[in-house]
Amino acid sequence: MQTWPSRFVMLLQLAALHMETASAAPVPRHPPPMLQKAPPPGNPVRGADIYEAKCGACHSLDANRIGPKHRGIFGRKSGAVPGFRYSAALKKLDVVWDAQTLDRWLRNPTAMAPGTAMGYRLAVAQERADVIAYLKQQSSQR
Amino acid sequence: MIDVNDFQSRRRILSGSATVLSAAGMLALLNTSARAAGTKAKSANIAQDVRLLNAALSLEDEGIAAYQIGAESKLLTPDVLKVAVIFQGHHKQHRDDLTAAIKRLGGAPVKAKPLPEYAKALNAASLKDQTGVLRLALKLERGATNAYLGLIPSLDQSDLYVLAARTAADESFHAAVLGHVLGDAILEKAPMFG
Repeated sequence: MQTWPSRFVMLLQLAALHMETASAAPVPRHPPPMLQKAPPPGNPVRGADIYEAKCGACHSLDANRIGPKHRGIFGRKSGAVPGFRYSAALKKLDVVWDAQTLDRWLRNPTAMAPGTAMGYRLAVAQERADVIAYLKQQSSQR
Repeated sequence: MIDVNDFQSRRRILSGSATVLSAAGMLALLNTSARAAGTKAKSANIAQDVRLLNAALSLEDEGIAAYQIGAESKLLTPDVLKVAVIFQGHHKQHRDDLTAAIKRLGGAPVKAKPLPEYAKALNAASLKDQTGVLRLALKLERGATNAYLGLIPSLDQSDLYVLAARTAADESFHAAVLGHVLGDAILEKAPMFG
């Protein structure tokens, strides 16, 4: 049977271990995906304008620039655009891009892939849905 | 003569002290461990900031290149060229500010690519007149304003918020001037960026 001092020591050790693991990674500021609401329906026409205004500084559909090209992103594995130099975080991120994963990504990329070079957050859910609808539409063209 | 009872009671006291010391030692260890974890997290956050700033630096390098392509295109009138060179100078200042911030955080600034690579990525071959050059500049400036504003919540070091916000303000000024020269209607709804 354990005495109280040894139990106390065990508790301290557990607390220390918890603090170490909990503090090592940035704390996500959003609820986990299963607790989030489904994204609203997107409008690709609005999405085209938002894409140019808010994504266009770094991304194009058909050219790798600061970020990778986007045409064909739907159904593509993360970190898989040929010729683009990804961060280690994106190489490690193992997702297939679809409406849900893109919504998570655009909401907070550094929470989804700590260490990514993309810090831009598209905060408005409707704007994310519109951009995602546009990317989906463009992915099926050409 | 040794009092056995007294000896046993002293032993209990010493053993109790040892337990207390052990708990105190564990608390010290806990503190050290928490400090180490804190240092690790801080270091991860700094490394994250360096990556984000390097992405911003790449964006500035592309902006400098875009104005260079425009300036060398012979498509700009002398007055417009003069303004383009001033705007390019602002972007060079942004580049230098970002480079200094990255170095201050202990990071290595990314290097700019050769001009032809930017020209290809920006599809510069499709630029046929001054309006085309200015449209490209406006797209990049507007995008850069949004990029800096959208970046702020992801930055860990609070002094970088000012750097990002200040740079966003410069980019929005550029976008406003370019929009005016192009005769674009003023957006009716605010916020116009972010």
